[in-house]
Amino acid sequence: MSGVNTAGWRPSMNEVAPGDMVPATQSGDRALMLEEALIFELGCEGQTGVDIEPASKAVSPALAKFRRKAAPALPGLSEPEAVRHYTRLSRQNYGIDLGPFPLGSCTMKHNPRLNEKMARLPGFADVHPLQPQKTVEGALEVIEQLADWLMKLTGMASVAMSPKAGAHGELCGLLCIRAALDARGESREIVLVPESAHGTNPATAAFAGFKVQAIPATPEGRVDLEALKEKLGPDVAGVMITNPNTCGLFEPDLKEIADAVHEVGGYVYCDGANFNAIVGRVRPGDLGVDAMHINLHKTFSTPHGGGGPGAGPVVLSEALAPYAPLPFVTRGEDGEVRLVEEENRGEGHERAFGRMVAFHGQMGMFTRALAYILSHGADGLKQVSEDAVLNANYILRSLEDVLEAPFGKSGPCMHEALFSDAGLPEGISTLDIAKGLIDEGFHPMTVYFPLVVKGAMLIEPTETESKQGLDRFIASMRNLAQRAREQDESLHTAPHFAPRRRLDETRAARKPVLVWKGDEAA
Amino acid sequence: MRYLPLTPADRSSMLETVGASSVDELFRDVPEAARLSGPIAGLPMHASEMAVERHLGKLAAKNLDAGSAPFFLGAGAYRHHVPASVDHLIQRGEFLTAYTPYQPEIAQGTLQVLFEFQTQVARMFGTDIANASMYDGSTACWEAILMAARVTRKGKAVLSGGLHPHYGEVVRTMAKFTRDEIVSLTPELSAQTDDAAVIAAIDETTSSVVVQYPDIMGRIPDLEAIAEAAHAAKALLIVVVTEPVALGLLEAPGHLGADVVVGEGQSLGVGLQFGGPYLGLFGCREKFVRQMPGRLCGETVDAEGKRGFVLTLSTREQHIRREKATSNICTNSGLCALAFSIHMSLLGGEGLEQLAAINHDRTQALVERLTQIPGVSLLSDAYFNEVTLVLPRDAREVVRELADKGILGGVSLGRLFPEQVDLHNGLLVTATETVTLEDIEEFAAGLAAVLEGEAA
Repeated sequence: MSGVNTAGWRPSMNEVAPGDMVPATQSGDRALMLEEALIFELGCEGQTGVDIEPASKAVSPALAKFRRKAAPALPGLSEPEAVRHYTRLSRQNYGIDLGPFPLGSCTMKHNPRLNEKMARLPGFADVHPLQPQKTVEGALEVIEQLADWLMKLTGMASVAMSPKAGAHGELCGLLCIRAALDARGESREIVLVPESAHGTNPATAAFAGFKVQAIPATPEGRVDLEALKEKLGPDVAGVMITNPNTCGLFEPDLKEIADAVHEVGGYVYCDGANFNAIVGRVRPGDLGVDAMHINLHKTFSTPHGGGGPGAGPVVLSEALAPYAPLPFVTRGEDGEVRLVEEENRGEGHERAFGRMVAFHGQMGMFTRALAYILSHGADGLKQVSEDAVLNANYILRSLEDVLEAPFGKSGPCMHEALFSDAGLPEGISTLDIAKGLIDEGFHPMTVYFPLVVKGAMLIEPTETESKQGLDRFIASMRNLAQRAREQDESLHTAPHFAPRRRLDETRAARKPVLVWKGDEAA
Repeated sequence: MRYLPLTPADRSSMLETVGASSVDELFRDVPEAARLSGPIAGLPMHASEMAVERHLGKLAAKNLDAGSAPFFLGAGAYRHHVPASVDHLIQRGEFLTAYTPYQPEIAQGTLQVLFEFQTQVARMFGTDIANASMYDGSTACWEAILMAARVTRKGKAVLSGGLHPHYGEVVRTMAKFTRDEIVSLTPELSAQTDDAAVIAAIDETTSSVVVQYPDIMGRIPDLEAIAEAAHAAKALLIVVVTEPVALGLLEAPGHLGADVVVGEGQSLGVGLQFGGPYLGLFGCREKFVRQMPGRLCGETVDAEGKRGFVLTLSTREQHIRREKATSNICTNSGLCALAFSIHMSLLGGEGLEQLAAINHDRTQALVERLTQIPGVSLLSDAYFNEVTLVLPRDAREVVRELADKGILGGVSLGRLFPEQVDLHNGLLVTATETVTLEDIEEFAAGLAAVLEGEAA
């Protein structure tokens, strides 16, 4: 296997469908939008884009029997080829730097480049997780300062910093609950999860060894308090509640729910994915929450890079604080920041439930989040949630006459506005509107989530969109709704102007092609 | 507040549209008692860009970064040179500020990179397929054990003594809650590998056998022998690679009988970053694809018949299967995967081989020099870029004393294995292409002085 297609890649030159407004070109390229081969097809055997010093010694004889028979079958690109390949690919992507990215519950806001600059300081980017503590005091202080902000903003007693993402944080919180129950000698098995929760919530509860029981939503889009209370009993370990919830609404009964859960000896997990809607204005600790993860990339704007990394620190109440996993950074009474790990867990972390990751978690994300937090300050963060909520309500009220807003009468929304396809004419779906929005130059909203609403469209503008930008988005949405009412057939085939037309997802799932095998066929 | 575009005039006109007299009214569902009026107490107000730079710059300066000292740490996190174009390209806004590719028509950049990444990882590991990345190597290791339990319908995992102890701790922690049985072997400070102990621990109830390659002490286990024993018991062999650069020289685990190969991809393109974000790699046999955790990108065509890519097989995932999902993982390390993939594309197979050769070369030079110091011996002579030295005293103190001299001289086994006293004289040292002969000389002089100080 050579690892490359020495014949080189050729773009497909398909016949353009009759009536299509885009003529075919010989190359398959469209002006500045260029077709891009895979690295395996670029015909670059023996090429490399790095200059490496030659080794002066032969491989040691002791290693010889483990040697591979041939170099890995991987293509190399010269530096100019690589820069062009990835630059061209980048142009087939939509990012928040290009315009609004109104994915509800995903929270895509402006990513300040100052944060990138800070994370790249050699003192943070080029230090090893196992360096002697004395040589990384500044890095430990970043963790401690961020932890301090998170505790004060949430009104909680402690924070586990190491979880790698929101769902990992959920797992951390539930394992703290497990550990606390174990310490009490109780093996409660049931976790209550509202139907409207993120899919990660039930998956996480199952991974932590619990049985999941669903709690229905009320017609107003909130947790059914009475249904929840009926399920409470001595076998309930806790509840997982998202607040603000995935319908974009605040759960006003959270304190009452928490009191009832505590009454029966359970714990309250709050999914903090939507904390950006209330940061600086509401402290979840005041509402009786025992554990809550915070998606740093959402609330504190660390870039998500096409799918990650995220970071999911978990704030904990006093009841759960002793069980937080190692490693743990803490500020002693002497004012000095210390790292507690297996070696010295006796220093106040005897009850830590274990370790969730190899090292300290997402240090690079901590630095970015701290830079963002310091830039905004306590006053700015309060303004963040206010503007995020104002922008979402502006969208809700500006579109509710053309799109059905199932919970529009429930009162103000928080950070995201929820619509359904109920008011659209037969044959036009949420997906058509989403793909039509692409032709308008916007990234679509979240579609078909939450599941409690049919054909859901969940729009989250965030606080970093201007009024003028929102007005342009609203105008496009109103225009799409109008076209839908007029049964504009072209909506079914949108997008028409994106790098790709609608992709055949069924084919991808039915006959999965997950790696390139072009050279094997040759 | 430079990140907030609304002006006071915008706010009041929007409130009018919304039909609220003040923004407080929009928070009326929050119980009065929980509503805060002023800024949260005890926290500073907003700061200028320069002030933030000054503050974080001061904190960064308190750390001794690897580039400012002779540096010899490894143990699951490696310092390699990252070509300038890698960091430049990942900072293009269309990559950096994109979300999960839920709308494939305008996310082909991310998706094609993931497809290329999956192919690169599969080829490097010698597995049929690979996923679009996990959080890091340690969590990928636990996910592999869970997958093996699903595939074999058995629940006992045997962890070799050579597995990174933090990885072992992650596995033991998680298993406490899922009630899986973990047999975690203890490493021994002898030149022999732990292979025999691993093979002896395998029985009919074993679902997976987890072996690190090269192991935490830099030794290289005999994967073929372990694979044979595992397969005889109908268990899967999971191989953990914490230093993928090693695969430029060593045979790919998938070619030696591994059923699942997981690893830490930080070595290529990602950097040390004090432990994260890192990049979990996950490859396996094609027949396990529906039991695999994490995201997968697949090839398909669009409505015009043009090749394109989408996220696929999502019926395994949490957002569809909820409590029956293969994993609760909901994200991947997309940006780190991009960095890895670019770095790998620049290297190519031959570049990777050359990179591995220079790593091994520098480590040989390091070993030659350090073993000349009286009282310093070598644990095992089959190593790649990492090796365990046996010192005449507790290596934890030696590491601290070296740090006082401005030398970052490896990781003490006592820090990694605090409860195993017989390992406390072990010092794990690593040399990559970034280490110069001058660095080695400085380290040797420092180590000799520290050890002589003991004798004096």
